[in-house]
Amino acid sequence: MPRRTDIKRVLVIGSGPIVIGQACEFDYSGTQACKALRAEGLEVVLVNSNPATIMTDPELADQTYVEPLTPEVLEAIIAKEKPDAVLPTVGGQTALNLAVQLHELGILQKYGVKLIGAQIDSIKVAEDRLLFRNAMEEIGVEVPKSGVAKTLDDALAIVDTVGFPAIIRPSFTLGGVGGGIAYNIDEFKELVGRGLSLSPVHEILVEESVIGWKEFELEVMRDVADNYVVICSIENIDPMGVHTGDSITVAPALTLTDKEYQRMRDLGRRIIRRVGVETGGSNIQFAVNPEDGRIVAIEMNPRVSRSSALASKATGFPIAKIAAKLALGYHLDEIPNDITRLTPASFEPTIDYIVVKFPRWNFEKFPQADPTLTTQMKSVGEAMAIGRTFKEAFLKAVRSLEHGKRGTLFPTTPENGLDPEEDDTALRKRLVVPTDRRMWALFRALQRGWTVETIHDLTKIDPWFLEQFRQIVELKHMAGLGEFREMSTDLLRTLKRAGFADADIALIYDVDESLVRQRRLDDGLVPAYKRIDTCAAEFESFTPYMYGTFEQVCEADPTEKKKVIILGSGPNRIGQGIEFDYCCCHAVFGFREEGFETVMVNCNPETVSTDYDTADRLYFEPLTFEDVMAIVERERSAGGSVACVVQFGGQTPLKLALALQEAGVEILGTTPDSIDLAEDRQRFSQLLWDLGVPQPSSGTAVSRDQAREVADRVGYPVVVRPSYVLGGRGMAIVFDQSSLDRYMAGAVDVSHDRPVLIDRFLEDAFELDVDAVADSTGAVVIGGIMEHIEEAGIHSGDSSCVVPAFMVAERHLHTIRDYTRRIARALKVVGLMNIQYAIKDDTVYVLEVNPRSSRTVPYISKATGTPMAKIAARVAAGRTLAELSLVDDLTACGVFVKSPVFPFVRFPGVDTILGPEMKSTGEVMGGADNFGSAFNKAMLSAGQKLPENGCVFISVNDSDKPTVLPIAKDLTALGFTLSATRGTAAFLEQHGLAVEMVYKVNEGRPNVADHLVNRDIDMVINTPLGRDSFFDDLAVRRAATMAQVPCITTLTGASAAVSAIRALRTHTLSVRSLQDYYNGAPVRT
Amino acid sequence: MNAILALEDGTWYRGVAAGATGEAHGEVVFNTSMTGYQEVLTDPSYAGQIVTMTAPQIGNYGVAPGDGESQTPQVAGFVMREASPVASNWRADGSLRDYLIRHNIVAIADIDTRALTRVLRSAGVMRGVIGTGPVDPDALVAKARAIPKMEGADLVKDVTCDHAFAWRDRSTASQEAEQKEFGIAPGRRASRKLTVAAYDFGVKWNILRRLDAYGCDVHVFPAKAPASELLALSPDGIFLSNGPGDPAVLDYAISNVKTLLEAERPMFGICLGHQIMGLAVGADTFKLKFGHRGANHPVKELQSGKVEITSQNHGFAVDPQSLPAHIVVTHENLYDGTVEGFRHKDKPIFSVQYHPEASPGPHDADYLFQQFLDAMEKR
Repeated sequence: MPRRTDIKRVLVIGSGPIVIGQACEFDYSGTQACKALRAEGLEVVLVNSNPATIMTDPELADQTYVEPLTPEVLEAIIAKEKPDAVLPTVGGQTALNLAVQLHELGILQKYGVKLIGAQIDSIKVAEDRLLFRNAMEEIGVEVPKSGVAKTLDDALAIVDTVGFPAIIRPSFTLGGVGGGIAYNIDEFKELVGRGLSLSPVHEILVEESVIGWKEFELEVMRDVADNYVVICSIENIDPMGVHTGDSITVAPALTLTDKEYQRMRDLGRRIIRRVGVETGGSNIQFAVNPEDGRIVAIEMNPRVSRSSALASKATGFPIAKIAAKLALGYHLDEIPNDITRLTPASFEPTIDYIVVKFPRWNFEKFPQADPTLTTQMKSVGEAMAIGRTFKEAFLKAVRSLEHGKRGTLFPTTPENGLDPEEDDTALRKRLVVPTDRRMWALFRALQRGWTVETIHDLTKIDPWFLEQFRQIVELKHMAGLGEFREMSTDLLRTLKRAGFADADIALIYDVDESLVRQRRLDDGLVPAYKRIDTCAAEFESFTPYMYGTFEQVCEADPTEKKKVIILGSGPNRIGQGIEFDYCCCHAVFGFREEGFETVMVNCNPETVSTDYDTADRLYFEPLTFEDVMAIVERERSAGGSVACVVQFGGQTPLKLALALQEAGVEILGTTPDSIDLAEDRQRFSQLLWDLGVPQPSSGTAVSRDQAREVADRVGYPVVVRPSYVLGGRGMAIVFDQSSLDRYMAGAVDVSHDRPVLIDRFLEDAFELDVDAVADSTGAVVIGGIMEHIEEAGIHSGDSSCVVPAFMVAERHLHTIRDYTRRIARALKVVGLMNIQYAIKDDTVYVLEVNPRSSRTVPYISKATGTPMAKIAARVAAGRTLAELSLVDDLTACGVFVKSPVFPFVRFPGVDTILGPEMKSTGEVMGGADNFGSAFNKAMLSAGQKLPENGCVFISVNDSDKPTVLPIAKDLTALGFTLSATRGTAAFLEQHGLAVEMVYKVNEGRPNVADHLVNRDIDMVINTPLGRDSFFDDLAVRRAATMAQVPCITTLTGASAAVSAIRALRTHTLSVRSLQDYYNGAPVRT
Repeated sequence: MNAILALEDGTWYRGVAAGATGEAHGEVVFNTSMTGYQEVLTDPSYAGQIVTMTAPQIGNYGVAPGDGESQTPQVAGFVMREASPVASNWRADGSLRDYLIRHNIVAIADIDTRALTRVLRSAGVMRGVIGTGPVDPDALVAKARAIPKMEGADLVKDVTCDHAFAWRDRSTASQEAEQKEFGIAPGRRASRKLTVAAYDFGVKWNILRRLDAYGCDVHVFPAKAPASELLALSPDGIFLSNGPGDPAVLDYAISNVKTLLEAERPMFGICLGHQIMGLAVGADTFKLKFGHRGANHPVKELQSGKVEITSQNHGFAVDPQSLPAHIVVTHENLYDGTVEGFRHKDKPIFSVQYHPEASPGPHDADYLFQQFLDAMEKR
């Protein structure tokens, strides 16, 4: 049946900013959907508040709205664009929830817009726990015993029948936010309270625990003719109790007999039919009792998901693309399989390799957070690895995580994780309670000789997996018995075939990795590359999507073309996320235009870069020297020139740059030496000195005394940080010597090669970010000068910023442009560069230079309508900016504010205060023709709905009091009432403002936290009050976060909020597509 | 212990012995199913074949008493990427390795099964030999070349039953339990006592289990039993089973089926049974380059347009051009357009090339058993 003809224009809803539980996988799925719809001749209108996505590139849709994902905004877009249909199934939970809201507000009906992909009834059955349970019972599918509660009393009644441990799952939340496992009544009450408040419908499910059961997922698809296929089965190595996003998983399922698997497949069919997903993909989770095979259905997502992105990458079957086509009415058998070309999409991929996904957590960023893994997802990213055996895939996944020294499963020294003091009791506990480090504990236990049975009892991990881990440890042990020089080729081959990296083997023998590499090459042991072809080689594949493995026959089949290898950015983590994947994709586009064959290397399954049709060739491999070099060598074998480009993928490829260059690999664009020059404190200071560019005075230290000396010389406060870190890891601002001593005492990893860097902190300075692109002739085009809204001291990734800069004097902007050009030329930058500036006391300082792509490149590209990363790639390929008709600095096509999004809601007990260490997971962009409206949109997109009226609570430290006064006056003038803590209240009253005094948390009740919970406060302005009242502040900020009340922790942020509130009053909500911004079309409301 | 797999084209692969020691000779084929190695091992249709599993981790869940498709493994040899030394499943009663050794099946592991599959895909299936211990690869290649070709050989005679039997009598309690646990609920059960006379050309037990589940009394006959013996039972329907090898040489079966076609009784054939039925109505069969073996082939039911994901295991197929006018193609393979099923225009006679009994594989085509039931009840 051909596709339905009643749809010509489709609104695709994206998933918004990257948050825990909703990451780049929805850029991948949204991008696929947009491409698929347009290939069918449909007009696509896209809305997504996240500018760092490929899907919001203006070429991907006819009209692209980077606007807040709220029903009001969507209604404005629908009214303006008049789409025939809305596709809500490729934008995660966010898009589904919006679809439900649009329906319930009558907006879909009002504008005559159909939903495609999933219908409201299906979404409700799948998402509403009670409806789902009832539906399953109706079709005879077993589910865990459970009940739905809207109050604590309901919940207590249910737990009587369900028993402990009990699972609490709030309805309609993302990635299990607010869920948990209660082992006793106290925990239960706490979790119920939190779950009820976090559920948008204030409803939770209390469920029988199936903790310890085996967990499986099926990625299934169904078309309008009721054809049903299972794309992939996924088995969670971590049994039930750990959120699947936090579980180490494997595809295909490895411990089910055909009888069990087919029963699960049949259940999947019944479930998708009953839920009523008629056109598209769904994810269904099952738990299996290892004692008797009893299967219960856990949940079902009637949309593409993180797991479906994983399944797409694991099988080569593009679920989102096919789902989009099914939504248009195609049948599965009418859609060809891209990879085999000759066969249809109506089949079930069969794979002849093993895929392992390993989550990437960032608990080091949130020291107060509880790293216990539960039903609420806590990881920020994931790495996927492919091998011919489980062991190979698993070890590749571990090294893909980039955990540095502490990543090794075979620690040899305290530095890399050896702890001779750890007693059996402690180790036992680390196995019983799942955390981000459990797998490392498991390997310590095996190395201590604990049996598979013992470890199974403690972890409930299936013995088959434990046996594989045991085999890995046994191989390591076998290798460790001999000397490196005496290692036989057979042993080396066995180790390599089991997935051991050269670096692992080097660690076992305590030799340099280069020796292992040399020995391996002497023995002729190089990886072969096999293709991912959906069919286990039954048919020829036309898509060079490959993974490396130590096997005999290589299918890489490289061409003789001139090629460039683009090194990706690996698993998402705070500080290195989707922005870098965006840049890598643009690098592909740019190099392709310059006539290169593009080769992508990456190991993050969520991304667009690892889509098989992004680059010409895709290697799904870890980003280590060994793995990348092997690809370089294989690609060279056909005779074509092979170069690498390292400036697009963040720190991950940069770390490899020097080693690759030393191994004779040509690096296109800015040279590794220039990169090193910018990273090396002393060389770089000298360079700025020579250029006459001011920088805060600074020094380096490896000891407490040295640190004191430097700090005394540069003057307090100082910024201290370790060398070579990402996202401000371990960075702090210290105001006095005792704090400095404490920092030095706690600083890890300090050595003469890696001293602590100490800079003068420019208090109350304004900070700016600049992104620029430079070519080999020394021409420099500045993409934008972004003014931070928060004052100095907050990591640039956590700061809101705006283009064009609006409070900076033109002469400073001039200076910044001048410095940028001089630094770019001095560093011989060819490609992208990011510089952070600060302005204090009328002087422009350079804080940091990164001769590479930055987090803000996609934002600036969207704001200016110029794809900077793609231009940088073309420049790196040898073009001049002039040839690309880029002479002048770029200008923003409107006022665009970028705001960060934080994961605090997932980490109870963590302070929400911002500082030099980056904590945000994602960002949003708001655009308008004035700052206030743009800031308001950005806040709205970031989930902070600024109040139009009500009560503002103010509590600031003494030095901030004079500055907060005009803000308080403005708020009063806007009709807000004010409340404040004693000191602030007194100060404001002295200046003639009416203020209600409220208690601090430790002063009595009702205190500010009570008011927040009671929703008596609509906005909080709270700056840190110093160490003594730290816990009080923390409690206020946390209460605000949990109550979802905007909490502003800087005064510049507060003054921006005032502008935004004013704009709310004076401007009606307007939406404008990027295409209209670029064409200069007027704002239509 | 080392082992070598040598092919008739002169290539050979070094691996390790993963089952019994000795030598295995046969036609080397590949199966792309990701689960169900025990069902594959015990499927009599694999007689004379060395089966390569493309899924790389085999043996993980061991072997279970209820998962056999016949008394004993039937493959000539077995090829894996990695064999699990342990069995992890609540139903398992032993490891795969022990099972292979106990049943004297020679197996090889640790070889590049994907490379092998690509060779078979491009060059077509080949004769091969697995040898364990210190063997000379060239000698194995020579032995591979000496194996008689499958075309023209009657392999059915080695796997069919010696004497007729009633399935009910042979069906064990554990099989009953398995059926209850894992078989899908039949659409309905026979409304009256129905007797099915089934030719055993190498029948998979799950076919008999499914017919039983639908409420039929199944009587199984040796392949060479004359048609009259089946008709003497006065069956409500005739069933033609799956089985190994080249259908064209099975003169006795073809002639018996010709007789039965005249008997005006519902008839249902699966796999080899389908090919024999094709030959009996006057069509031709031919050998596919590398056959269909797996659990993911899409087959379209032409009348409704519905797609079924099917279990497949065959090296020969019916030539659609040769089908007489009164035979209508009902099912088509969406991979290569080959005939997957046909029926008589007017009579309740039909057959499919694939395996509606699954085991291993999806249950999508179970409706065919009900179709057979309907036809028998209508009679």
